[in-house]
Amino acid sequence: MIDIKKVHKIFNQDKPNQVNAVSGIDLNIKTEEFLVIVGANGSGKTTLLDMVAGSVFPNSGTISIDGQDVTKLPDYDRSKWIARVFQNPLSGTASDLSILDNFRLASIRTRKKGLSIGINDTFKNQVKEKISTLGMGLENKIEQPMGTLSGGQRQALTLLMSVMDSCKVLLLDEPTAALDPRSADIVMRTAEELIKDYRLTSILITHNLKDAFNYGNRIILMGEGKIVKDLDAQQKSTLKQTDLYDWFG
Amino acid sequence: MDFYLTALLQGLCFSALALGIYISMKIFNIPDITTDGSYTLGAVVTAVLIKQNEPTYLTLISVMVAGALAGALTGIIHTKLKINALLAGILVMTALYSVNISLMGTSNLPLINLPTLFTLVNISADLNHNTFWILSLFVIIITIIIGFLLKTDFGVAMRATGNSESMIRSLGVNTDRMKIIGLALANALTAVSGYLISQFQGFTDISMGIGVVIIGLGSVIIAETLINWFKITSIWLSLVLVLTGAVIFQIVLAVTLDIGVNPNLLKVVTAAFVLLIVSLPRLSFKKG
Repeated sequence: MIDIKKVHKIFNQDKPNQVNAVSGIDLNIKTEEFLVIVGANGSGKTTLLDMVAGSVFPNSGTISIDGQDVTKLPDYDRSKWIARVFQNPLSGTASDLSILDNFRLASIRTRKKGLSIGINDTFKNQVKEKISTLGMGLENKIEQPMGTLSGGQRQALTLLMSVMDSCKVLLLDEPTAALDPRSADIVMRTAEELIKDYRLTSILITHNLKDAFNYGNRIILMGEGKIVKDLDAQQKSTLKQTDLYDWFG
Repeated sequence: MDFYLTALLQGLCFSALALGIYISMKIFNIPDITTDGSYTLGAVVTAVLIKQNEPTYLTLISVMVAGALAGALTGIIHTKLKINALLAGILVMTALYSVNISLMGTSNLPLINLPTLFTLVNISADLNHNTFWILSLFVIIITIIIGFLLKTDFGVAMRATGNSESMIRSLGVNTDRMKIIGLALANALTAVSGYLISQFQGFTDISMGIGVVIIGLGSVIIAETLINWFKITSIWLSLVLVLTGAVIFQIVLAVTLDIGVNPNLLKVVTAAFVLLIVSLPRLSFKKG
């Protein structure tokens, strides 16, 4: 589904503050694979994810999604495949817009935003029904501005928004980093359910080694812009949680 | 009383500008100073075309296109050349001064005894009343168009662009393009105010745009204060409050003159009034 070939990313090239964020990564992510990426700060995880999303372009190498070369495609043109959950809940939702407006935009992620009014009663009911699956009681608050909700609620809604329109790839960039343990748990479980139900190909970046252990069917460890370890589903299943801690020892 | 009616009519003329500032400042979160230039541009295009006896509708369309071009230019400078929006606006505004004076060929163009929007139909024998009805209808139509636009999928995407850029990009919207369109729309509306004012006052002057942005800002800030005060989320109500803000602003200026304040001090009063409105919510927050 996602094919990354010899990708390099250097920030501030030829300046004193040059950073080699990603140095020659080859990575093939198969359809319906749920890849977990762990690694220390500065190991290039987020840069790699940003390059898949299209918000950062590589200096060299190619990236293709679903067989199409997307290396030069900006993020807004990759939205027909990719939905994204950001580390900061504020980045994935628009605070001043109502929950309903946010969902409307998400429901036309792959389509043109035209000059017709898309929010009608049918759509409202559809959103309510979807939101009620979270069991957070938010289905009666769909006219409220997104900004009135907590970070956990917003992350959970961002996840739901990602499957409002056809979605093939789900990118999760430390989605629970800003959340309390209970909300984090709800968000991660919602993510896993959606990934299963919609058969998504997904990438999760996390610093939470428990999550890295519990979720996903492939795990890679990154260090200094390279892939240090790469364990497939079978190898991951035999992995012990303490082994993960040892990786960072 | 006529004095206050004039203020009301001016307020209505400025409501298009207020809607324009509402779009650039509140919806897109971009401080746009192109306003001073695009407002005068609207008035200049109006005067030149009316002098040539062009029909009103054609004049209006030309005014909007001219304003939109000015706004789009600011948008392109801001997004494509990555120049601070404030500076981009100032650059375009400065350049527009030369454009305006070249178009007019003179610094002042009177429109006395020429057919205008306000002589188009005769609803009332009283000139001011006639103007009031025509203006009201005009403003209502514009407000409905903008309100509808903001309700459409495109409009929701516009509102999201100023709110969470990362989100709306990940949902497939080219934010640069959106900002250019937004600034074009805002300045088209601003130019419409120039169109209305020049016909209302019967002349276009090259310096009529100086400091006009404060009228738009003041109107929007009055509206915003009310919006926050009453926790309004409805788009329609917000737009109506912006119009109300534009009228209140002119009435306050009229009162200032009426109680005998030296007209030379009018700009100080304007600035002080806007400051008061801006600081009002903060002052009341402290008490709460």
